[in-house]
Amino acid sequence: MARRSHVQTTINGETVEFLCEPRQSLLEVLRDELHLTGAKEGCNNGNCGACSVILDGRLVNSCLVLGVETEGKSVETIEGLAAPDKLHPIQDAFLENAALQCGICTPGFIMSAKALLDQNPNPTEHEVRYWLAGNLCRCTGYDKIVRAVLDAAAAE
Amino acid sequence: MLENKEHKVIGTRPIRHDGVDKVTGRALYGADFQAAGLLHGRVLRSPHAHARIISIDTSRAEALPGVKGVVTAKDIPDAGDKVADLGEGAVNLKYLCDNILASDKVLYKGHAVAAVAATNPHIAEEACTLIDVEYEVLPPVLEVRQAMEPDAPLLHEHIRTTSLGETAEEPSNVASHIQHKLGDPEKGFAEADIVVEREFITGTVHQGYIEPHNATAHYNADGQLTIWCSTQGAFTVREQVAEILQYPVSKIKVVPMEIGGGFGGKISVYIKPVAALLAKKTGKPVKVLMNRSEVFEGTGPTPASFIRVKMGATKEGKITAAEAYLAFEAGAYPGSPVGPGAMCIFAPYNIEHVIIDGYDVVVNKPKTAPYRAPGAPNAAFGSETVVDEIAEKLGIDPLEIRLLNAAKEGDRRADGPVHPRIGCIETVEAAKSHPHYTAPNGKKHHGRGVASGYWFNIGLESSVTINVNSDGTINLIEGSTDIGGTRASIAMQAAEVLGIPAESVNPSVVDTNSVGYTAVTGGSRTTYATGYAAYEAAQDVKRQMIARAAKLWEVDEANVQFADGEFSSINGKEEQISFRDLCGRLGETGGPIVGSGTVNPGGAGGAYATHVVDVAVDEETGKVDILRYTAVQDAGKAIHPSYVEGQIQGGAVQGIGWALNEEYIYNDEGTMTNASFLDYRMPTCLDLPMIDAVIVEVPNPGHPYGVRGVGEVPIVPPMAAIANAIYDAIGIRMTELPMSPDRLLKAMGKI
Repeated sequence: MARRSHVQTTINGETVEFLCEPRQSLLEVLRDELHLTGAKEGCNNGNCGACSVILDGRLVNSCLVLGVETEGKSVETIEGLAAPDKLHPIQDAFLENAALQCGICTPGFIMSAKALLDQNPNPTEHEVRYWLAGNLCRCTGYDKIVRAVLDAAAAE
Repeated sequence: MLENKEHKVIGTRPIRHDGVDKVTGRALYGADFQAAGLLHGRVLRSPHAHARIISIDTSRAEALPGVKGVVTAKDIPDAGDKVADLGEGAVNLKYLCDNILASDKVLYKGHAVAAVAATNPHIAEEACTLIDVEYEVLPPVLEVRQAMEPDAPLLHEHIRTTSLGETAEEPSNVASHIQHKLGDPEKGFAEADIVVEREFITGTVHQGYIEPHNATAHYNADGQLTIWCSTQGAFTVREQVAEILQYPVSKIKVVPMEIGGGFGGKISVYIKPVAALLAKKTGKPVKVLMNRSEVFEGTGPTPASFIRVKMGATKEGKITAAEAYLAFEAGAYPGSPVGPGAMCIFAPYNIEHVIIDGYDVVVNKPKTAPYRAPGAPNAAFGSETVVDEIAEKLGIDPLEIRLLNAAKEGDRRADGPVHPRIGCIETVEAAKSHPHYTAPNGKKHHGRGVASGYWFNIGLESSVTINVNSDGTINLIEGSTDIGGTRASIAMQAAEVLGIPAESVNPSVVDTNSVGYTAVTGGSRTTYATGYAAYEAAQDVKRQMIARAAKLWEVDEANVQFADGEFSSINGKEEQISFRDLCGRLGETGGPIVGSGTVNPGGAGGAYATHVVDVAVDEETGKVDILRYTAVQDAGKAIHPSYVEGQIQGGAVQGIGWALNEEYIYNDEGTMTNASFLDYRMPTCLDLPMIDAVIVEVPNPGHPYGVRGVGEVPIVPPMAAIANAIYDAIGIRMTELPMSPDRLLKAMGKI
């Protein structure tokens, strides 16, 4: 077994230290080392977006980032989105629009939508569809997800 | 049975009860389960599509530091010739066991042959490469018609075709032949002015749920086995594992975690018994997760098929006869959904003379599993294309010809049953009057198509318990996995009975030790049957509460009535108490109230759908774009309309993927060459417009609120609707799925 490296990073605003093997992805670290299981593994090769997180302001598939690469960086995950007593407007919009069925893709979609609205607060339907094309949902047909993101943009 | 009164809760759109957990990442799915001392399991899979296993040597893997145990088929008890009924029909236990871990032969690339438990997943993966398996490679059979040839290589030397009660003498890949016949088809075709006959091919497609299969198992020292997993049915996991391991159901507890999609693909067990075997061998909890290629290569897709449909009609458009030949790939072991396909194929029509032949054929591909209305989409692709062609040749509007021949109450389906009240006509009429259908459609290479579909839906067993809380709320305990909002649709039915808001119900999906038997979330049955059980449990609570009010007021129970959330005395005394206030007085009137409801209802109502689609065909690239999509469906009664719309939209989009992109692509050796989400291309949101879901409500008399199942039928019409739209756009009948750009370019003569 390879030696484990010490990594210090910021996750959802808190300084976090962990040990990980060089081959462990950020997704593995989040889920297996830090027990932040909101990011999901759907494909482990960057095709489904279920593991989407925001790394230094940029949307990434955490399965394609190594844990050691997050040294000194800042990671936002689904667990950090809601305030203790209040959901984020995107989360509210997903609930109001019934934009989830099984819910496995939901954390990824919400993080992806947040990254979009952070840089483009008033996207068109086409811009929403273009941006979210890296996230797969097999239950909803995307209709209500796209509406939820447009609603969240209007609400913010 | 049908309640004809105004509803307060049913038909509203409350926030689903599990919603906050699911938008905050707190909901725990199968792979999220953690336990102290957890080991990680990994499965070694066959690199060959068809081979005999000569030997398996696990010694090098066992010697790797960190490896705690290795299992093979030798660790599974000998099943003999036993046939087990696991609630979805009888299954040959040997097939079930061999699909878990192959014993003598591997029958598809990806077939499990051994499994390792180690201290971390990477070590387990490495250990798999150290297992030495010697194979004698055999020629694979990869296509249904090839497999039916008399000289085709045989997958199973003991399979002999059973055909209409007779068993053949020679071995064959054709496991069974079924036939449904109504009237005199020869006479019917003789009465026709026009006969259209076409052949169709559909590819192998996968359910494509985003969450891979997962299981964690642990044996206690007292022999109690616990399995945490995502599944469509905790009880069916318990039964299958009990049969495979020859272990009593009373010693197995299955804990259903949240499930990330299933669509029929998470009913059969794959790695759950493997995790149990590894847990037994190591004495530790063992978690086994599949990766995405394992899901494609090692779990049930839905069959490829070869279909021939012939239909005849008078020049006025009356369909006089119909004939279908359905040959379905079962995959490695018998059991394709050709039966349901044969039941559904002509069900939107009342046809006097029908003959349907179905063949269940084994091939060297993964054992197929149900996928949303299993069998019906393949069949409808054929029949609904032929109906369109008849309408076009007769110059009749395609929805008009459907109305002319529509099935209605009292008509007989070709496989026997007589239709109860159904909404076939109503869905076609709603499509016909929809602004989409009447909108102009004239641009070059743009086309519009329609198709209808049917799925019978099922009932099966469900149990619900309700515990009444002192603050006027209830805790509702159920055993149906919630894949798409059924906690809400079940809770709302109990709330309606008790006159309380949906938010006053706390629904929980619990393990197999904690609720009565409940069949799978499948067959579009959950809101219907488990909802029915919730209705019964709430009625039980209501009866007990009436008794308490009677006791409180010292009147006869017959003199207490309950309406709008209030109990009142109707004879003499003017007493009144709200449901909530009475809940606070249970202690003084006799103690807690627990209501229960169990059902196995026979009145599942069949569902009809009619879809309208506009496409644009790119002449240069062969790519088909969906411009507009309208899906009309009879829901019976939509308990939570948003989630009914969601089912309709999701089913339609899976159908769009099946129609345009999705298929298993095999090389000659039988290796799937596109076993990833990059190459097995499911629709993304960029590929789609909004999907207009139109709910029609023709109440099902077999349910107190009129519910029909809604989950499955929306995947039935899209393939034919899109093929018919492509024909409208470019004048070419596409008869092979998927209708991918290369097939379109070939059909247009461009390549």
